[in-house]
Amino acid sequence: MPKPEILDPQGQAVAGALVRLGVDGVADVRQGKHFELEVDDSVDDETLHRIAGQLLANPVIEDWVVTRA
Amino acid sequence: MTSAATAVDSVENAIATPDHAQPFRELGLKDDEYARIREILGRRPTDAELAMYAVMWSEHCSYKSSKVHLAYFGETTTDAMRAKMLAGIGENAGVIEVGDGWAVTFKVESHNHPSYVEPYQGAATGVGGIVRDIMAMGARPIAVADPLRFGPADAPDTKRVLPGVVAGVGGYGNSLGLPNIGGEVVFDAGYAGNPLVNALCVGALRIEDLHLAFASGTGNQIILFGARTGLDGIGGVSVLASETFSGDEQGSGRKKLPSVQVGDPFTEKVLIECCLELFHAGLVVGIQDLGGAGLSCATSELASAGDGGMSISLDAVPLRATGMTPAEILSSESQERMCAVVRPEDVEAFMAVCKKWDVLASVIGEVTEGDRLVISWQGETVVDVPPRTVAHDGPVYRRPVQRSDKQDALVADVPDALPRPSGPDELRAEILRMVASPNLCSRAWVTDQYDRYVRGNTTSAQPADAGMVRIDESTGRGIAVATDCNARFVALDPYSGAQLALAEAYRNVATSGAVPAAVTDCLNFGSPEDPHVMWQFQQAVRGIADGCAQLGIPVTGGNVSFYNQTGEQAILPTPVIGVLGVIDDVAKRVASGFTRAGDAVLLLGTTRDEFGGSEWAHVVHGHLGGRPPAVDLAAEQRLAQLLAAGAAEGVLTGSHDLSDGGLAQALVEACLVGGQGGEIALPDGLDPFVALFSESAARVLVTVATADVERFAASAAAAGVPLVDVGRTGGTDLVIRGVSNLSLDELRGSWASTLPALFDQSAG
Amino acid sequence: MKIGVITFPGTLDDVDALRAVRYSGADPVELWHADHDLRGVDAVVVPGGFSYGDYLRAGAIASIAPIMTEVVAAARGGMPVLGICNGFQILCEAGLLPGALVRNAGLHFVCRDQRLRVDNAATAWTGDLAEGQEILVPLKSGEGRFVADAPTLERLEGEGRVVFRYAGGNPNGALSDIAGIASENGRVVGLMPHPEHAIDTLTGPSVDGLALFTSVLKATAAA
Repeated sequence: MPKPEILDPQGQAVAGALVRLGVDGVADVRQGKHFELEVDDSVDDETLHRIAGQLLANPVIEDWVVTRA
Repeated sequence: MTSAATAVDSVENAIATPDHAQPFRELGLKDDEYARIREILGRRPTDAELAMYAVMWSEHCSYKSSKVHLAYFGETTTDAMRAKMLAGIGENAGVIEVGDGWAVTFKVESHNHPSYVEPYQGAATGVGGIVRDIMAMGARPIAVADPLRFGPADAPDTKRVLPGVVAGVGGYGNSLGLPNIGGEVVFDAGYAGNPLVNALCVGALRIEDLHLAFASGTGNQIILFGARTGLDGIGGVSVLASETFSGDEQGSGRKKLPSVQVGDPFTEKVLIECCLELFHAGLVVGIQDLGGAGLSCATSELASAGDGGMSISLDAVPLRATGMTPAEILSSESQERMCAVVRPEDVEAFMAVCKKWDVLASVIGEVTEGDRLVISWQGETVVDVPPRTVAHDGPVYRRPVQRSDKQDALVADVPDALPRPSGPDELRAEILRMVASPNLCSRAWVTDQYDRYVRGNTTSAQPADAGMVRIDESTGRGIAVATDCNARFVALDPYSGAQLALAEAYRNVATSGAVPAAVTDCLNFGSPEDPHVMWQFQQAVRGIADGCAQLGIPVTGGNVSFYNQTGEQAILPTPVIGVLGVIDDVAKRVASGFTRAGDAVLLLGTTRDEFGGSEWAHVVHGHLGGRPPAVDLAAEQRLAQLLAAGAAEGVLTGSHDLSDGGLAQALVEACLVGGQGGEIALPDGLDPFVALFSESAARVLVTVATADVERFAASAAAAGVPLVDVGRTGGTDLVIRGVSNLSLDELRGSWASTLPALFDQSAG
Repeated sequence: MKIGVITFPGTLDDVDALRAVRYSGADPVELWHADHDLRGVDAVVVPGGFSYGDYLRAGAIASIAPIMTEVVAAARGGMPVLGICNGFQILCEAGLLPGALVRNAGLHFVCRDQRLRVDNAATAWTGDLAEGQEILVPLKSGEGRFVADAPTLERLEGEGRVVFRYAGGNPNGALSDIAGIASENGRVVGLMPHPEHAIDTLTGPSVDGLALFTSVLKATAAA
């Protein structure tokens, strides 16, 4: 996800479209990316965070969370 | 900002707590600068005032190290050069009159450091910023061009930076609907860790639509419109253009913020159309864009350029983040915002136009009597300053200027002893090696990511020597623009090197058939605290200014970027020169290269044995030393006049400038760009190697119909331009007699595959 | 003959499309995204650009704009509609044309002069071209790769609704080299390349694109 203080034009555009569609009550929209990785048990959370920080996300402008399904 | 116990550091509070310690050093201010602020105000500044002064007195905004040198531009600009200038240095962008009631505004700016930190957004917001400068003059932006410089082409960091920068330039510019018509891509180890991302924008306007940034007329309303104000690049200007700044860490509980700003080209596109509609409806008295230094800059500059004071309520500024302090609101560098001065009776109409374009607009203040800029926040006065002291009366430094002894060694290291190729086989191999080298190969991998067609007025774009756009469909009037700088020449001799950059851009515009009319520059240098860097800077400024005076075209604006260095290592001194030319009818433009078969190929100018700083010495020997090629601006001027006359008469069927890589490179490009081969005999009396690879200035290749050779040669003789008929166009090979036959397919293979091979895998 | 050109916020090539309409001899009419009014036009061009920034999906937000309600209704009634680049994306999102346009296979924005083969010269927008003819027009897009599921693709091919195919190399990985397609009745055409940038050799690589705009004059006159 874009960091909270980072402008998210994508989310803004969707929020604007919702107003035009007549949907009320949506205060804000933020748009991020979702990656699904199929990994072996040997891949620990630390590695996943490293993957996120080095490759998947741009740590300058994006935050990330790692969840296991 | 630190805060003295109370929630808001008001003026009242500042008076009551004179001894409260303030983090001025962390904000980049020196002790004497802080003392001066206290002296101006007669008290300590509030947090908000301190933030304003700090950012406006930074190197980036105040030009404190360069001012004393830049004054030389004014001293050397004659009345004749000013005749067509409607706005010059000091405005958002220079404006010149170009005929038929049209004026053109253009400027080049740097966005180097942000593009290193975050290549895509850094480059994107660089384009966005320069486009708003152009809009602030009342013009419609009509084209952009991006001079880019990177470390070695095969360096891992270049693989990180370049694709992002190119995608950012394209992503923003393409989404704005601005054709990208030129620019440069240069690789040199000197830019490793400090790429140069410069952005140029051209705008066109009817002369009567010219808008300047000033706030006059008591009671006139100040309207902030465009994007919301968020926590973007707080203190960014200081961190980017000043030596040390670690962010706002010990501030009011806020963690360190990224200095990266994110661009929203969609909002900017809408803002462009909205602004133009506001201008045409006559609803704008004065206008200013919000760039580096945000509202601090816009309010203080508008107010100090006007005839009264200004009062602003920060409560009226639409915010994107919660809990922003007055200092943060004033320093925010959120993109895509403009600030307008509007008569009270026009506010309603102004708001209606903004509503039509879905542009957020808020009245945030008004022009007042008196001469103070007063800013309030939640009922308290947080800023009360004389605006000129913020915007214009910043410190002026006379930094030590000292040519280093190392320069002698550099100049003494002449290229004469470098082994030169001899014989047909070696020369042939050298040609192929050179055309495939990173600085000479095809730029298509980069420029094919830029839209050059949008708006339907582009008559030349890369790989042409100069980009050209039509500004009036009924008359065909148009403008051409080229940017150039061989920084190796500047390193060897900053004065001549800067003049060579000027001469090359001037010549490139002339080869398109346009008449050079104005200059903008982006002066990229290392640390001004290094006396040798200041010497380079001073010499380059003098070279450009003296050169412009000799050519009779004014510098109308530009930008200084210091502190381009990695550790102690400064970049090559890189004064990028943009020249703008005017052409009465774009239908008379001269196409690049060999456009038809059977034409005569004429080499104009004099070729000497000049290899100091040449691309050949760089590519083949990794050598930089000696003297750059001789500068002869009178010859450049004669050449330009001959080309303009030839274009106007329609005698030139094609042209191409000789510069990096010399005649060999020019011939290869002329063949590949024009799609025709040629049979060439090198001029008599010249060593083939010198003829092919020397980088002597004031030279151009042109093609004319064989029937016109005599007439054109007579014109050249009359103009005092040396001319040699070197061959004929046609066929599928470039034949250089006595040297080699090179098929266009083979040449294209060498020329076109370098950048894709380097960057295709790392892209995306 | 009046041909409308829609401007959405973020539309860029509307001036070019209006110019092409003028070059064709028809009267260009500016249409505004927020209106429910086609202003009596005989045909509509949905031009290129980045409507609403294309931030959700290319063309997604524009496809629900008020003017598109009218365009969809008119198109169902047989009015010729041409979608160029972003316009093509909008027509797909609006359901007037099948398939979708996704990110180029090379992941870059691509601007180049592109050869196209005309595979259907019987649509409302291609009557002045000949089947099998090659034309040269600029292509400039980052999300230009045409994709559709296998049955849709089969149907498009079977019904001869592929109007333009990339020739001399596929620039974006589009399935079956598809550059442009038509609706069942041949009245609605969408293509990624930009015919409006190929109407004058001064500013474009050819004048081949003008044929699309002249074709529709006859198609509407005949209708």
